[in-house]
Amino acid sequence: MNPLLLWFHKMGSPPTFYRVAGLWLPWLYALALVAGAAGLYGGLFVAPADYQQGESFRMIYVHVPCAWMGLFGYIFMAANGFIALVWRIKLSETLAMAAAPVGAAFTFITLVSGSLWGKPMWGTWWTWDARLTSELVLLFLYLGVIGLYNAIEDTRQAARAAAFLALIGVVNLPVVHYSVVWWNTLHQAQTVNLMGQSKISGSMLWPLLTMALATHVYFFASVLARARAMLLGLESGKDWVRVLAQGAAPSHPEAAHG
Amino acid sequence: MAEFFGMGGYGAYVWSAYAVFFVVLLIDALLPQFQRRATLRDIAARLRRESAPSRSAS
Repeated sequence: MNPLLLWFHKMGSPPTFYRVAGLWLPWLYALALVAGAAGLYGGLFVAPADYQQGESFRMIYVHVPCAWMGLFGYIFMAANGFIALVWRIKLSETLAMAAAPVGAAFTFITLVSGSLWGKPMWGTWWTWDARLTSELVLLFLYLGVIGLYNAIEDTRQAARAAAFLALIGVVNLPVVHYSVVWWNTLHQAQTVNLMGQSKISGSMLWPLLTMALATHVYFFASVLARARAMLLGLESGKDWVRVLAQGAAPSHPEAAHG
Repeated sequence: MAEFFGMGGYGAYVWSAYAVFFVVLLIDALLPQFQRRATLRDIAARLRRESAPSRSAS
């Protein structure tokens, strides 16, 4: 077996994943915090006020990275859901279901921060515009996946059913992304372009990209933390979990008091 | 300083957006920790219950 396949095979085993993810977690949280602090410093202190929107534009440093993570999280969830459905890998089911609440949190922040910006800039908290509506549908898709997963008793069957729903919902992703192109919307078109020239000045752009890095790293940290907690429940009968449980809470009550 | 917090008159909107960002992500970061500890506690309690009768019998 080639080394990469071997690594995937090893990481796919729950005890190894639990241990390695536990080692990575503090570093990921720390990196997310440092990058987030740098990005917010740049966004709040370094970047100049926008010539049209004034200081109100500074909300993009939470709004835009969270919007990207809402889409990224959905792709991550659907990709893992696809692997779970085709190859029935337990870890993929877990990662797909662990990504749903994190993606939902980012989508929720996107909607609320957008609304808080829309009020002073557009004069309304909400409008049934293509971009806003498709983003709301994205949140409902996340909530549907979470709800379906929690509604079915058998955890592994629940994960597969929810993964199927996640795959159907993929159709909404291009709608969210291209809504500002396909329809004449109130929402402004994209200004940051990975492939070409961005329509934003450098001192405004680098804090945004640093925040994007911070939210990506945070996303993976949160997904790993959730996956660890979920694996303990899934594997509660296995020896490695027993050893951990007995180590965390002494199995002899008298030993705990003495 | 007041100028910074005022955000050119948009302070309430801008800082509310940042507050939502931090509060939601803080809750998101804490939940898995609680869930993991609770799961470990439940499993430990179950193991204690399962091992208790056999220990008294022996």
